Amino acid sequence: MANADAAHNHEAHDHPTGWKRYAYSTNHKDIGMMYLVFAIFAGFVGGILSGLMRWELAEPGIQIFHGLAAMVYGVDAGSQAALDAGKHMYNVFTTAHGLIMIFFMVMPAMIGGFANWFVPIMIGAPDMAFPRMNNISFWLLPPAFLLLVISMFVEGQAGFLGLGGGWTIYPPLSAQGGTSTTFAILALHIAGASSILGAINFITTIFNMRAPGMTLHKMPLFPWSVLVTAFLLLLSLPVLAGAITMLLTDVNFGTTFFAPEGGGDPLLFQHLFWFFGHPEVYILILPGFGIVSHIVSTFSRKPIFGYLGMVYAMVAIGFVGFIVWAHHMYTTGISLDTQRYFVAATMVIAVPTGVKIFSWIATMWGGSITFRTPMLWALGFIFLFTVGGVTGVVLANAGVDRSLHDTYYVVAHFHYVLSLGAVFAIFAGWYFWYPKMFGYMYSSVIAKTHFWMTFIGVNLIFFPQHFLGLAGMPRRYIDYPDAFATWNMVSSIGYAITGLATLVFLWGVFEGFSRKRVAGDNPWGEGATTLEWTLPSPPPFHQFETLPRIK
Amino acid sequence: MTFADFADRHLPGNPNARLAVILLGIVIGMVGMSFAAVPLYQIFCQVTGYGGTTQRAAANGSQIIDRVVTVRFDSNIASGLPWKVKPAHAIEQNIGETSLINFTATNLADKTVKGQAGFNVTPERAALYFNKIECFCFTEQTLAPGETVEMPVTFFVDPEIDDDPELDTVREITLSYTFYPLN
Repeated sequence: MANADAAHNHEAHDHPTGWKRYAYSTNHKDIGMMYLVFAIFAGFVGGILSGLMRWELAEPGIQIFHGLAAMVYGVDAGSQAALDAGKHMYNVFTTAHGLIMIFFMVMPAMIGGFANWFVPIMIGAPDMAFPRMNNISFWLLPPAFLLLVISMFVEGQAGFLGLGGGWTIYPPLSAQGGTSTTFAILALHIAGASSILGAINFITTIFNMRAPGMTLHKMPLFPWSVLVTAFLLLLSLPVLAGAITMLLTDVNFGTTFFAPEGGGDPLLFQHLFWFFGHPEVYILILPGFGIVSHIVSTFSRKPIFGYLGMVYAMVAIGFVGFIVWAHHMYTTGISLDTQRYFVAATMVIAVPTGVKIFSWIATMWGGSITFRTPMLWALGFIFLFTVGGVTGVVLANAGVDRSLHDTYYVVAHFHYVLSLGAVFAIFAGWYFWYPKMFGYMYSSVIAKTHFWMTFIGVNLIFFPQHFLGLAGMPRRYIDYPDAFATWNMVSSIGYAITGLATLVFLWGVFEGFSRKRVAGDNPWGEGATTLEWTLPSPPPFHQFETLPRIK
Repeated sequence: MTFADFADRHLPGNPNARLAVILLGIVIGMVGMSFAAVPLYQIFCQVTGYGGTTQRAAANGSQIIDRVVTVRFDSNIASGLPWKVKPAHAIEQNIGETSLINFTATNLADKTVKGQAGFNVTPERAALYFNKIECFCFTEQTLAPGETVEMPVTFFVDPEIDDDPELDTVREITLSYTFYPLN
C-alpha cells in the first residue's frame, strides 16, 4: 500500500506540459482557464451575431440580411428569394445569439470558469471532487458549440437554412425545423450533460471537501452561490433534456408529444421548457451575486452585511424560482386564478432579491470605499441589475404583460438583468481575480476605459428598447415601421460603442500580459479576506498540500 | 434499493462517489418526472378543462337557465388534408339547452382520404362547462373522392357556468376544430 501511495502521490504532482496539459487536464485551475477562454470566444461569436442584427435594425427596411443570405447561402442577390432567406436568417441569428450567450458564454464563464477556479480554493480544497469528470464537462462543450453552429447551416423551416424558432424553441414552429432542430437539440443535450456533470462535481466538492473548521455557515458567499446554482442545474436541466428529447422524437420519429394531430399539446412544451427556463435565469445570475458580494466587501473594507441573510436569500431565490414558471405564459389562456398565483409568487422573489441589494448597500455604508476597477463593475452590476429587476416586477403583472408580452420591453428587461447584470458580474470577477489568476496587474486606465465605454454603450443599447416596447414594437422581426426609427438608431449606436469596448477589453488583456506588472499575493489589501488571497499569484499548480484550518 | 444503498454496496468508504450517485439519482428522477408530465398533463386537462379541453357527457343537461350564450363555430384544415370544411352558423341558446349543429366537409381529392378533428374551446376556461354528447371528432372520418358529408355535434353548456365568477362576462363561446390527415 505504501508503494501505491507513493506512486499515486508522484502522479498527483505531475505537471504535464504542452497540449497534454490542457487536453488531458484534471487540474481545476487549468480547466477553469479553458472555460474562460472558451466563454470569451463564444461571447465574441454571439456578440457578432447581435451586431449584425443591430446593424440591420439601425434603420427601417431591410439593409444587410438579403446580402448576407446571398453570401452565405448562395441565393441570387437582390432577388425575392434572397429577401426571404434573409428574413429567415435574421430569426436564425436571434435563436443562435440567445443559445450561444446563455449556454456557451455566461454559464461557462461563471460556473465552468470562475467557480472551477475559485470554489476549491475558497473552501480550502486541493482540487474538485472528480477531476476527470471536470475534464469531460469542459470537453463536451466545444462539440456542443460546433453542433449549434452546424444547425445554422443545415435545412430548417420552410426550406431555408437554420433553426429560426427563437432560443425557447417552441413547437410547432421548431418542430418544422427538421435537421436544424435536430442539431440544435443535440447541442443542448450535450451542453446540458456537461452542466449536470459539473453540478454533481460542485455539490460533491462543496459538501465533502471543505477545509477542517469551515462549516457551511462559515463558507464564503461565492461557493454558496455556486452550491445553490448547482442544485438548480441538477433539478432543472433534466427537465429540459426530457422536453427536448420529446421534441426530437416528434421531429424525427413521428411521436406526437407536442403535436395536436396526435393528441399532443404544444403548450406542454412551454410548461416543461419554463420549468427549466426560469431556474435557468437564476443559474445565470446567482454566481454573479456571489462574485459581487466579495468585491463589494473587499473594496469597502468591511465584512459583508448580513451574511446569513445573503445566504438564505440565495436559497430562497433558488427555491421560489421553481414555482413561478408560468409568468412566461400569461398570454396562453391560463385561468385568472392561475395568473393571480403566478403574479403573487413572482413578486415574492423581489423580497430576497431586495435583501441582497440592500445588504450590498449596507456593506458599503460607512465602509472605506476605494473605486478600483472591480468595484466599478460591481457597482455597475448593482445599478443595472436593479433597473432590470424593477422592469421585471412591472412584467410580473399579468395585466401589464398582456400589452408588453413579446415586445422590446421584455428584451430590454432580460438584457438588463443578464446581458448587463450577469456580464458586468463576469467582468467584475475578471478584474477582481485577474491578478490572482495570471500573477500580473492589468492597466487600471484601460480597465476603467473598458468599464465606462461598456456602461455607456449597453445603456444606450437597451434603455431605448423600453420605449420601443412600450410603443408596441414586437421582438424577433427583421423590420419595423418608421415610427420606431429614432430609438432603434440610438440602440445601434450603443452597440457600436459596446463593440469597441470589447476591443478595449482584449487590448487590456494583451497589455497586462506584455507589461508583466507583478501583482503580489494580495493586491487588494485588508478587505480581501478569502483563502485565495493567502496563496501566491498565480496559485501553485497544486494548492493546500496541508489543509488550511478555519477558526 | 435506493441509490444510496447502491453506492454503499459498490463504493464503500468513498463519500464523494456515494454523494455523486445520489445526485445522479436525482437527475434520473427529474428526467422521469418530465416524461411523467405527459400523461399527468393530459389527465389534468381532461379533469379541469385546462387548455380548452371540452367535457364529454352521456346525456342532456339537467336544467335550462335564464342566461343566453352565443356559440360560434370555426374550422381549420391542417396542411396535407385536401378537404373543405364549412362550419355551422353561430347559434344563440339558453344555457343548459341541448343543440345539434352540422359541419359540412367535402373531400376535394380524387382519392379516399381519412381525417380526424382536434378541438378546442375559447375562452379556455369555458371548456370545463362545454359538454359534447355526440361529436364527429370522437371518431375518424373517411371521405370518398368528391364526397360531401354532414358532421354532427350535439352539445350543451352546463348551467354551473353561471356560478363561475371568472366567466361572468362571457357571452360567447367558440368551438373550434382543426382537421388533420390520417394515414
